[in-house]
Amino acid sequence: MATTLRAVSFLPAFPILTKLLFLLPISAGLFGVLLPALGYFPDLGGNQFHFDIFRQLLEHPALPYSVWLTLFSGIAATLISLSLAILLAAMLSRESLSGNNNNKINRLFVIVRRGLIPLIAVPHAAIALGLAFLIAPSGWIIRWFSLLVLGWETPPELVTVQDPFGLSLIFGLVLKETPYLLLMILAALPQIRAREYLRIGQSLGYGNFRSWLKLVLPQVYPLIRLPVFAVLAFSLSVVDVALILGPTTPPTLAVLILRWIDNPDLSFRFLASAGAVLLLGLTMASLIFWRVSEWLLLIKWRNWLSNGKRGSGNEANKLAAMSGFLLLGTAFFSVLGLAFWSLSLRWPYPHVLPQIWTQRNWERHWNSLRETAFTTLEVGVIAAVIALFLVVGCLENEQWRRVRFSFRSQWLLYLPLLIPQATFLLGIQILAVRLEMDGTFLLLVWSHLLFVLPYIFLTLADPWRNLDARFPQIGQCLGASPLRILFRIKLPLLLKPLLVASAIGFAVSVAQYLPTLFAGGGRFVTLTTEAVSYAAGADRRVIGVYGFLQALFPWIALLLALAIPRWRFRNRAALT
Amino acid sequence: MLKLENISLKIDGKPLFRALNLEVKAGQVMTMMGPSGCGKSSLLSHLCGTLPAIFQTSGKIWLNGRELNEVSPHERKLGILFQDDLLFPHLSVGENLAFALPQKIKRTERGEKIELALEEIELSGMSARDPASLSGGQRARVALMRTLLAEPEALLLDEPFSKLDQELRGRFRNLVFAHAEKKQLPTLLVTHDPIDAEAAGGDILALNRL
Repeated sequence: MATTLRAVSFLPAFPILTKLLFLLPISAGLFGVLLPALGYFPDLGGNQFHFDIFRQLLEHPALPYSVWLTLFSGIAATLISLSLAILLAAMLSRESLSGNNNNKINRLFVIVRRGLIPLIAVPHAAIALGLAFLIAPSGWIIRWFSLLVLGWETPPELVTVQDPFGLSLIFGLVLKETPYLLLMILAALPQIRAREYLRIGQSLGYGNFRSWLKLVLPQVYPLIRLPVFAVLAFSLSVVDVALILGPTTPPTLAVLILRWIDNPDLSFRFLASAGAVLLLGLTMASLIFWRVSEWLLLIKWRNWLSNGKRGSGNEANKLAAMSGFLLLGTAFFSVLGLAFWSLSLRWPYPHVLPQIWTQRNWERHWNSLRETAFTTLEVGVIAAVIALFLVVGCLENEQWRRVRFSFRSQWLLYLPLLIPQATFLLGIQILAVRLEMDGTFLLLVWSHLLFVLPYIFLTLADPWRNLDARFPQIGQCLGASPLRILFRIKLPLLLKPLLVASAIGFAVSVAQYLPTLFAGGGRFVTLTTEAVSYAAGADRRVIGVYGFLQALFPWIALLLALAIPRWRFRNRAALT
Repeated sequence: MLKLENISLKIDGKPLFRALNLEVKAGQVMTMMGPSGCGKSSLLSHLCGTLPAIFQTSGKIWLNGRELNEVSPHERKLGILFQDDLLFPHLSVGENLAFALPQKIKRTERGEKIELALEEIELSGMSARDPASLSGGQRARVALMRTLLAEPEALLLDEPFSKLDQELRGRFRNLVFAHAEKKQLPTLLVTHDPIDAEAAGGDILALNRL
């Protein structure tokens, strides 16, 4: 092997570079937020370390409710998303087991499964905006009810969006996180040979759903623990969805931090930093709480695994089909609502369709739209290409040097997804201002890369590792160098996963709100920041324009990613 | 001439078989037989230089007077055929063959060479075809031709006949041996089919697990 290594001796640079790219901003960001939280911020006259700011934070009147709200909405959203994902995964794997597509429920499952990926690609903010239109007192659902059943002349006086308990916020998060967790579970199933276990379970007289819970779930859960943690951390610290759907007085902690930063009185930055440190603490505590709960559940339910109780699980079947359909339907009508609003001139309550259609909204915003869309495209494409380059380098290093996994376990990869964005991005912003790097394109792309790269790695790693090793081997024996094998054999054979991973990376970039806001220093405007900032206003038509375009971008990327390989390999039966 | 000197493979310090010493002369076929798991395929991978790092290896590999141990796999000039044809699914039949042609052959000549090669295996005019649309026997022949076009100095056969049905098997075996003979390649065949060994006509070596 020594000889092959020489030809690819530059490869170890890839994992090192990638790790630096990750650890540098994250550690700098944590450092940059901790100092002001402890009172040290020379630019604002803080030269001493003290705990007064934390005392001030804890005495803040909004804090107790804000903390409660953050924990409640974050944990509830994660719990509901995970339960729904498990329910749906159990049913979807049943469908693939029997291969029987004749009955109605099975047909629903096929729709659910096909709808999954496009749903995941829709940015959080777009879903949240669309959902707000859907469930608002004057929203689509109530208009339909009014038309068909109730006949309300005026919108009912209900608080359905931005309700004080954060229920609409939880709904919005569940809508986005359930498909993500479901996809993670489905991707992990082949690794544990779930089909065989389900067959064994059924031959021992357990219903499909029971078999899944007792045999598959205990094996699959450890594989999706990190994604679950990422969902929990995200739900606790999300800003854009909370701005749109969350309560306002007081809001969740992450939104509260953002308000303090936006305060013209710069001394509020101390409070914001302390709040960001508290948010980090809450997130870590929640992750530990979750892990301990897993343990306790395991101890309590261990016996349940082997108590011999069998059942058909038909009720679960129906529940899964309904919830899956409800999720997809809500998401679909959310995005459709955005599109309709963007094309409406007049759409007063209680009409279920716009009275006058128009393309004027698009025309009026065309110039700023074009610029915003271009920035979005630019950042997304550049971040995705850099991430792809690094990830392919890391995976090649892994293969040629036969080292398994270039990241120290998956934890490093998940680090940016486990630490609250508001915490380390605020620290990065504070440092960047000092280093006069704030608002640079470099910093913007870098901050996006932190979130784009993990998803590209996670999407691409399995197909890359699973490529039949004899293809590169035979290429070598035919006299091809490692570089030629990469370009002539591996990249073409992996074209589809490469493009899908890029599209997902691009979608992740398009969806970023806080990184664009903080690292962009207000100088860069993307579809997401624009859509969220319009959300505070009342003009649904403008929100429709920006929100719909934001949802459209990742779809187009995904569509291309699926269409290009199909066209390229239209004459290759083994690849279609 | 392919020569192995004291070759041994170990996993966790345990050798897979007794240290090997052998010579295969130009145009000759040596057959290696042994139970599965005895390290036959790993030995061929080691000769190619593509053995995973979990193995510890010792001994020397010589090919026509060159010592191969420190040579990169893609410069060893050892052709290998596996059980599966492993035609690259994204390339056409002709492109698969062109992948193997040395770069020094000029563009104008390449097309001609490929057409000649296809004629030789009775697949004239099939250059643009999708490999997936060929029959098993046709694919096996393309795989053989692809290996030969890379101009190897020796041939390694890792049970390449075992997946073909009885009738194809005999014909493909004869084709492989005829080409090895014509090109005067030292050939090392790994198999557990005694009929393969008999047809090869050369020395037979039993490889046993230690």
